[in-house]
Formats: sequence, C-alpha cells, structure tokens
Amino acid sequence: MSYAGWILLTASLVGLSCGFIGALLILRRMAMMADAISHTVLLGIVVAYLVTRELSGVHMLLGAIAAGLLTSVLVQWFHSRGVQQEASIGVVFTSLFAIGVVLIATKVGNAHLDVKHTLMGEITFIPWEKIELPWLGAIPEAVFILSLVLIVVVAVILAFYKEWKITSFDPALAASLGIPVVLMHYVFMSLVSVTTVAAFDAVGAIMVVAMLITPAAAAYLWTDRLAVMLGLSGLFGVVSAIAGYYVAVWLDTSISGSMAFATGIVFMISFLGSPKHGIVAKFIRPAVPSA
Amino acid sequence: MLPVINVNQLSASYRKNKVLDRVGFEVRPGTMTSIVGPNGAGKSTLLKVLLELHPKLSGTVSFFGETYAKAKERIGYVPQRGSVDWDFPTNALDVVLMGLYGRIGWLKWPKKLHREKALEALDQMGMADYASRQISQLSGGQQQRVFLARALIQDADLYFLDEPLAGVDAATERAIMDTLKLLKSKGRTVLVVHHDLQTVEDYFDHVLLLNRTVVAHGPTADAFTRENIFRTYGGTLRWMEGLSG
Amino acid sequence: MIGLSHNAQWVLLSTLILGTAAGIMGCLAYWKRQSLMSDALSHAALPGVVGGFALMGFKNLPVMIAGAAVSALIGALLIHWIRSSSRVKEDAAMGIILSVFFGLGIMMLTFVNRMAGASQSGLDSFIFGQAASMVRKDVLMMIVLASIVLLVAGIAFKEWKLFLFDPAFAKGLGMSTRWMGAIYMGALVLVIVVGIQAVGVILMAALLIIPAVSARYWTQSFKWMVVLSALFGGGAGMIGTLISTYGKGWPTGPFIVIAAACLFVVSLAFGARKGLVVLAVQQYAQRKKLRRTTFVQQSALERGS
Repeated sequence: MSYAGWILLTASLVGLSCGFIGALLILRRMAMMADAISHTVLLGIVVAYLVTRELSGVHMLLGAIAAGLLTSVLVQWFHSRGVQQEASIGVVFTSLFAIGVVLIATKVGNAHLDVKHTLMGEITFIPWEKIELPWLGAIPEAVFILSLVLIVVVAVILAFYKEWKITSFDPALAASLGIPVVLMHYVFMSLVSVTTVAAFDAVGAIMVVAMLITPAAAAYLWTDRLAVMLGLSGLFGVVSAIAGYYVAVWLDTSISGSMAFATGIVFMISFLGSPKHGIVAKFIRPAVPSA
Repeated sequence: MLPVINVNQLSASYRKNKVLDRVGFEVRPGTMTSIVGPNGAGKSTLLKVLLELHPKLSGTVSFFGETYAKAKERIGYVPQRGSVDWDFPTNALDVVLMGLYGRIGWLKWPKKLHREKALEALDQMGMADYASRQISQLSGGQQQRVFLARALIQDADLYFLDEPLAGVDAATERAIMDTLKLLKSKGRTVLVVHHDLQTVEDYFDHVLLLNRTVVAHGPTADAFTRENIFRTYGGTLRWMEGLSG
Repeated sequence: MIGLSHNAQWVLLSTLILGTAAGIMGCLAYWKRQSLMSDALSHAALPGVVGGFALMGFKNLPVMIAGAAVSALIGALLIHWIRSSSRVKEDAAMGIILSVFFGLGIMMLTFVNRMAGASQSGLDSFIFGQAASMVRKDVLMMIVLASIVLLVAGIAFKEWKLFLFDPAFAKGLGMSTRWMGAIYMGALVLVIVVGIQAVGVILMAALLIIPAVSARYWTQSFKWMVVLSALFGGGAGMIGTLISTYGKGWPTGPFIVIAAACLFVVSLAFGARKGLVVLAVQQYAQRKKLRRTTFVQQSALERGS
C-alpha cells in the first residue's frame, strides 16, 4: 500500500475505535474522564519503559491499562471522600501527568521517549515502522495494534450491547437487575485506556481527546438511537481523520492538530445544521408548542 | 390600597414547554397566600419569574406599583433548600449574615452590630445554639430555619418562600409558621409555595390555585373549594375524595 | 534564596505571586463547580498565544497574553453556547473546546515554527512552562496582573462568598450576578493566561485545582479555605520553581504540580477535617468506646443472669 494509504488507514482506525468508545463516554457523561486518562497513560508508558527498558507495544498497552485504572480508582476514591467529582479528576490527572513528564525529563532523556511526541503524535513515521506478519506480510506495527484494539472494542461493545445501554442510561436500575455496574465501569475505563494508548502514536494524547469526544458529541445531535449514534460517531471520526490529513498536507502543518480541528468543524456543522437538535432547525421551527 | 403584587398576562416557558400561560393576580398587603398546584404546575417557576431569576415570555409584573429592580430591597426570598450546596464551608451565623450584605454594602466587612442582629434572627428561629455549627451538619429542618432567619434579617415588606415546609420536622414547621404569622401581624405580605393541601386552610388566609394558569385565587374560605381543587389537580386527585370528605 | 542569580530571584517571586493568585481563583472556581473549566480554558489559550506571536513576528509577552485571553474567552463563550443551546452536556462541551482549540494551536505552532528564527522563540515552552526563560519585564507584568486578581478577590470578598453559595439570593439583594460572573470569568482567564508562561497550558489547571482541594481538608470556613489555598498555591509555585532550576532545561510546570500534589497528599493524610489520620483516630476512639460500652453491657447482663 502507498505511504498515504497507510496513514489514512491508521487515522481511520483511530477514528473508528475512538468514535465507538466516545459515544458511550458521552452518554455516561464521562467526557472529562477521557481527557484525564489520555494524560495519565503517559505515566503508564513511562513506568513500563523504565521497568522493561523496552518500547514494545505490549508493555505500553499494559502500562496504559494500569494507569487508566489507577486514574479511575483514585478519582472515585477522592470523590467518595467528599471532593467534587470534577476537582477530583483535575487533581488526579494533572498530578500523574506531571510525574510522567518529570520522569521523562529526568530519567529517560529525550532519546527514546519524548513528551512532545506522545502529546502530539507523529503519524508521519508510522508507515515505516513495519512488522512482519504471517499471511499479511509487512504492515506498520501501529496499524496492527490499532486493528486489534478496534476488534476488541467492537467485540466488547457488541457482546454486552444491552448491558452498556442500561448501565449508561440508568445505573441504579442496572444494579437492581443484578448487572455488575462497577465491574462494567472499570472494563469501560480499560477500553478507554487501551484505545487511548493505541491512538497515541498516531494522533497524540490531546488529539485522542478530540477524537473521543467531538465526533460522538456531533453524532449525539443527529439521532436518538444508540445504534445509530455509534455508527455515526465512528463515521464522523473517520471523516475528520481523512479530511484532517488532507488539510494538513495541503497546508503543510501538524497532521494530528489538523485532525483535531477537523473534528471541531464536523461538530460545528452538526451543532448548527442538525435537523433534530441543531441551532438553525430550532430557529426555523420555534420549539414552544402553542397551548 | 395599592396591591403589593400585580401580575398581568404573565407567560413563561421552561425547557421548551410553556409552564405559565397568561397568569394574572393581585396580592393585597398583610396577607398570607399559599400557592398550590400539582407537580409541574409552574409554582416554583412563577416565583422565579416574579423575582427575575427566570425570563418571562410576555406579561407585566409590578411590586408596590414599581418594577422589580426598584422594589428589590423590599423583597425577601427563601429558595428551596436543595438549591444550594450545603457542603460550602461556612456556618449558620454566616449564612444569616448574608441577608445583610445588601445593606452593609460593597467593600465593607460585617461588624459586631450585624453579628448581633444575625444572632437575634437565629434565636427567633430557635437556632441560637447552632450559630457556629457548620451548615452541612445541620438537619434539613435546621437548614430551612437558617434560611428563614436570613430572610427575616432582611426586614423586607414582601416575602417569597419556596416550599419551606417540604421535608421538615414538626418543630421546624411550627417555628416557621409562627414566624410567618408574626410577619403578617406586622403588616408584611407573605407568599408561600406549598405542597400540603391538608394544612392550607389552617395556615393561610389566601390561596392561589395554579396549574399553568390561575385556576382560582382569593380568601381561602372562598377559593379553596372542593370544585376548585379538583379543577386544579384534574384526575390526579382522586385520593382526595375520601380524604377531605 | 542565596546563590540564586538576580533573575532567578525575580522568577521565584513571580511564581510565588502567581501561585497565590491561582490558589485564590481556584477556590472560587471550586465552589462555582468549574474546576475543569480552568483546564479547558488554559488549553483554549494556546491558539491565542501562537497567534499573538505570529502577529508580532517575535516574542512580545503582552501581545501574546492578550491573544491568549481572547482565545480563552472565545472558548468560554463557545462552551457556554454549546451547553445552553444543545443537548450536549457541559463536560463534553469542555472536552470539545479543549481538544479542538489545542489542535488548532498545534497547527498554528507548526506553521509559526517554520518562520525564520521562530524556533528560538520559546513558543514550545508555553506547553510545559519555562519560568527560567522569563526576563525581568515579563516577571513585572506577571506581578502586576496577579496583583489585580488578588485585589478583585480581596475587596469584594463577602460578595464572592454569597455569589458562590447562593447566586439567586445574591441577585435578590441587588447584586448583579451577571457582572460578577463576568468579572469572575475575567479574573480566571487572567490567572490562566499569566500562568501559562510559567506552568504551561497543559498543567495550568493543576495550580488552580489542587491547592483549593487541599485547603478543603483543613478548614470549615470559606475565608480560611481561601487563605490556605493561596498559601499552598504560592508555596507550590516557589518550591516547584526552585527544584526545576537544578536541572538544565527542566520544565517548571510539572515540578510545580508535583509540589502541589505533595501538599495535597499531606492534607489528605493529616488534614484536620476529614484527613485520613484524623478519621482513623476518630474511628479508633469510637470503636474503643463502643467496645467499652458493650463490655459494660455484657458484664451487666452476665451479672443479671
């Protein structure tokens, strides 16, 4: 496949998995948790590197899951001890992220891992870092990992589709029906961490947040059905990734920044033009029913 | 005599739904009116619209013949207990003192005189012993009494109370009603959003039955009839049949 | 302080004042339930910083700070607009603005870094903060702006308290909650844009959030919470800056945040109100009392039988 082809495939995979996970994030009102986890996985990666002295995909994934779970456990714990949820998220992720940055600055040095790379991603290198696989031949490692993550994400969402629906909509009811709400919360947080770290290489930590939240929020404005929302969210993710790439090439600027910005444009279009919940629609058809 | 409140053709919507539709009524000074109606009838919204905490769609409101902005100083408001965060780091006396902030003015700190006044208001609500208690450690009824003390200290001519008797203990209910009666005897006007139909006749001399619009309004003896109540609550009040008979 | 260069002393003073101002505004933000709003706004400031630089073609702090303020305020307005006129909730709206603005900022940064000489601009230092790169003029400006914030919070202290605790009542007393909201937002944005030079856009929020949360563990009074939060913020600012001067090219932001986090852990453990140690002691005392009463009851029962 061509160079641009690999990049577009990578970006689309990111768009799809982030879009699916993002739809649930929005419905569970955990958008800022995603922001938090996307920062703290840095600590997970750094610690995994310091322990193993290797920058392999598996170690990074494990470190990221651990960091993601640690984040959610700590946030939950502080919240249960009387700190506002928002503030609790703020304390945990900034502290863990700062530790990660300091570890990189003092212990790792810039040679193997650099903060800017993990924050902003460098999708342009991805097509060159190939691995050999049986049957498939040489494909970029990031594409392989992202495909795996996408398969896991889709499988977990489909397998427990109705459980995700009910735990997102009414956790109290779900608990009374005997669904393990807490376990599902942490499974979900693990999914967020895995997706985040897999997307890290491609778009970087902060742009993962854009990919997770913005396409899903846009989809939320078009439909009232979860299945449609999941589909649209994934679609918007792919569209912004591809559009972002071409804009970046055209303007010769940061690809990940451009992709994040593209998600913003998709959201703005939805926000203004969605027939159901858009601003223009509200303007044309005043919502107050005459009594 | 000039009415304390004059409301004309007032409409308002909440989350796209029209909750108040051409509401109109007048309140005479020195009266104690309960605003009664089913859930979602727009009782709290009416209060918020009157106090300009929620925008109106159309209609006019005047207090003492003036706009709200001009009459503001003469109006006291006791919001629903759930409207604030009781974890806020402050004590009961301090909350009561807030009632004086308008009079103390900007840039100045509360003085001993103000503190004494606040303590007096707390005492009147039977809460003097709790002056330095953290507000999160007060019971629901005690929190409500603190709110009422804060309104008292404002020394207003007109009071609005939003569900002050919801979920409070019997002692608090008595303390609040005694205070309201005292206010009335001093010629102040009181409007209370109320939920308990059984106590309307005992507690209030006027009643305003509200369900998106005014169903009936007047002295309790005239307006609080079985027919009017039924018209206000519609089918939702079948259980009342056997109860008040 | 001895052994530090003259410039370093200025820098230290500025992070001290910055931390104090952030600690105070953080308390207000905490009770306005907008802790994460500060995070969204500081990320949203990045396009403005870069835009300000591009406009002048060189590093001119006042212009860049003005740019940051404009861009953060636009972000705040957009968050408000999205939240109030669509079904998208506030947390998602913040996430959108935060990431999209940051993406835009990175796009612009890549552009600007290609401009001649721009790579030496120290623009990258706005991401993690580089207090050491500040010169005396920058420091003076930070001090002035931070002092404005201190003044705003100080002179209307009791009004802020009421505004945060019960805005509806404040309005009833004739205070303009609209104006107070605007001033609050202005002061918050001011602290953020002044702070990102030292702490960076990514971690600026920590300086607003962590001291306030830590102070919460010590006191029941709003006044003392603000004072303590200011002390914690100032302390963290100073300690973090000092440590970061020991390594070459060490970013200031993360060290300040770690200093603040240490203060938080201490507060969490030993805080007089709900601190873990205090709670453990209370529980121990209670259990002991309970054991004694059950023991008394038991022996009474045994005597009776």
